Amino acid sequence: MMSFLTSFVNGLSLGSIYAIIALGYTMVYGIAKMLNFAHGDFIMVGCYIIFIFSSNLGLNPVAAILIAIVLCTLLGITTERVAYRPLRNAASPLAVLITAIGVSYFLENLALLIFGADTKSFTSVVPWAGISLFGGSLQIQGITIVTILVSLLILIFLQLFVHKTREGQAMLAVSQDRGAAMLMGIDVNKTITLTFAIGSALAAVAGALLASAYPSLTPYTGAMPGIKAFVAAVLGGIGSIPGAMIGGLVLGIIEILSRTYISSQLADAIVFGILVVVLIVRPTGILGKNIQEKV
Amino acid sequence: MKKKLLSIALTAVMAASLLAGCGGSGASGSSSSGDTFKIGVIGPLTGGAAAYGTAVQYSAQIAVDEINAAGGINGKQVELKAEDDELDAQKSVNAYNSLKDWGMDMLVGCVTSACSIAVSEETKNDNMFQLTPSGSALDCVKYDNVFRVCFSDPAQGAASAQYIGQNGIASKVGVIYDSSDVYSSGIYQTFAQEAANQGFEIVSAEAFTADSKTDFSVQIQKAKDAGAELVFLPIYYTEASLILQQANTMGYKPIFFGCDGLDGILGVENFDTSLAEGAMLLTPFAADATDELTQSFVKSFEAKYEITPNQFGADAYDAIYAIKAAAEKENVTPSMSVTEIGDAMKKGMTEISIDGLTSTGMTWDASGEPTKEPKAVVIKDGAYVSAQ
Repeated sequence: MMSFLTSFVNGLSLGSIYAIIALGYTMVYGIAKMLNFAHGDFIMVGCYIIFIFSSNLGLNPVAAILIAIVLCTLLGITTERVAYRPLRNAASPLAVLITAIGVSYFLENLALLIFGADTKSFTSVVPWAGISLFGGSLQIQGITIVTILVSLLILIFLQLFVHKTREGQAMLAVSQDRGAAMLMGIDVNKTITLTFAIGSALAAVAGALLASAYPSLTPYTGAMPGIKAFVAAVLGGIGSIPGAMIGGLVLGIIEILSRTYISSQLADAIVFGILVVVLIVRPTGILGKNIQEKV
Repeated sequence: MKKKLLSIALTAVMAASLLAGCGGSGASGSSSSGDTFKIGVIGPLTGGAAAYGTAVQYSAQIAVDEINAAGGINGKQVELKAEDDELDAQKSVNAYNSLKDWGMDMLVGCVTSACSIAVSEETKNDNMFQLTPSGSALDCVKYDNVFRVCFSDPAQGAASAQYIGQNGIASKVGVIYDSSDVYSSGIYQTFAQEAANQGFEIVSAEAFTADSKTDFSVQIQKAKDAGAELVFLPIYYTEASLILQQANTMGYKPIFFGCDGLDGILGVENFDTSLAEGAMLLTPFAADATDELTQSFVKSFEAKYEITPNQFGADAYDAIYAIKAAAEKENVTPSMSVTEIGDAMKKGMTEISIDGLTSTGMTWDASGEPTKEPKAVVIKDGAYVSAQ
């Protein structure tokens, strides 16, 4: 029983990190209707910025995270402006998808050039050791608790922002019908830029938490968590903000539990197998809406 | 018009790539220049294993510089050229082809097993002499033109098990290995076989794969629950540094024991080296060894590259001197064709005995496997120290 609880907590920890990354994916997809495959690499950039400012320059970790949020936001806006916007009206939606993959490789190789391939060890931004329950037989690390709380806060913030503010309403409008939104006087470019800004700021936060929980930093740090989080976003229903949260947590828990109780080698096969089954039964994901195309 | 131009350009590119392909295979028959030995190096100069590739490149360069300063091989100077394979088997074959275009006579490489195996398929066809410093998978030397300096994986796995058993380091052992990597799973298999003959028990053996190497909580938890006093990590240092940190946060402090892949863990920037205190590695090279050869090598390496060389560098340094010894034994000259050099070197390698950095009295048999003594180092006060 205790080992189940330990695994469950480990799963929550991994899942809440997937969830934060997936929130970034799903925001951008829901509104800009594009898959930003470079999202995982924005996270990596955020990690490196925090690493430089806190570990190398000795800045307070909170200040380092704030700097990373600002710089990642700028990176997101610039990427959108330079690489994605010119292709937004391209004949094939594949053009911008391929560009996103290109941006992903560009960022990875740029980091390789600047920081080198050597693994860097990240100092956790959460110095709190965590709590110990049931006389020490169940340990919950501080970073796990912080990650879960932060992902819940972000979820609430995004929900409020999208549903209660003018800018959020504009995002919803753009996501439903870009042309109509433009006719109603919504500045589509500005709205999409704002979406990217928020998505990239989330990437910096996710980076801080990812690298604190798994403190090894390389130019490829963001790649695999990024893909898993994409899977989580699809599982939860891509475009849905609560769906990303649920998808992330479910994916993390399934991954850890199948590794514990079935096989550490088969875990990934099981996780992706479940994805296939869910998508066959519910093609729109757990919380995805089935929108009928009107002819 | 634009489309037409584009199609012409594309056609030109395709035609050029066809020609490039011809050039590559055409150059295989003969060695281009007669004045210098051209030795190629292939390894991961960038990417996750760059610490190995650059160590090999730099150390080979030091050996070549020393040999050139002392008059070369058979009176001929040696040229060295390194190509990057980014730890990718396909790119290593591309690297091999571009080195052939350069006029390579002999190959030192690849640094890692998978790349080395991929390239050996090509060197076999060309009868190019290939000496891998650190490709340790069994299949690396399956062709008769390929030799290696390091131990094979089975030898490392069995030697680790013997070392643990004979020195009575632990009676309950956990293993965490990478099942998607031929190096790691190869060591694990022979370790498990040899463990049966030794006085310890493997209480947990858990795998991870290249796609799931972030979270190790489950594998560590299982070793901890099974009461393992020693955790055997036949993996690379990037993952190992994560495992050490995660084990520490979980309050688990066994002895960690690894193979050559763990070499480099102290170089991880910002890594709390106290976590690795007491960890052991089966490796043939310790930079703190007091013999004259090691000291002079470490000194010139540190002077030139401002880092301390690792075992991969030592393997490469020995590889260049093995080539020198074998070439001098058989009077190999750069004017011979690649395949003539290949035949002579195959014979020469089995006739030499090298006192190198990684072992004294190293010899080779026709299978390409070296005969040498296993050594272990232990991490003490943030440095590798020879065990015992």
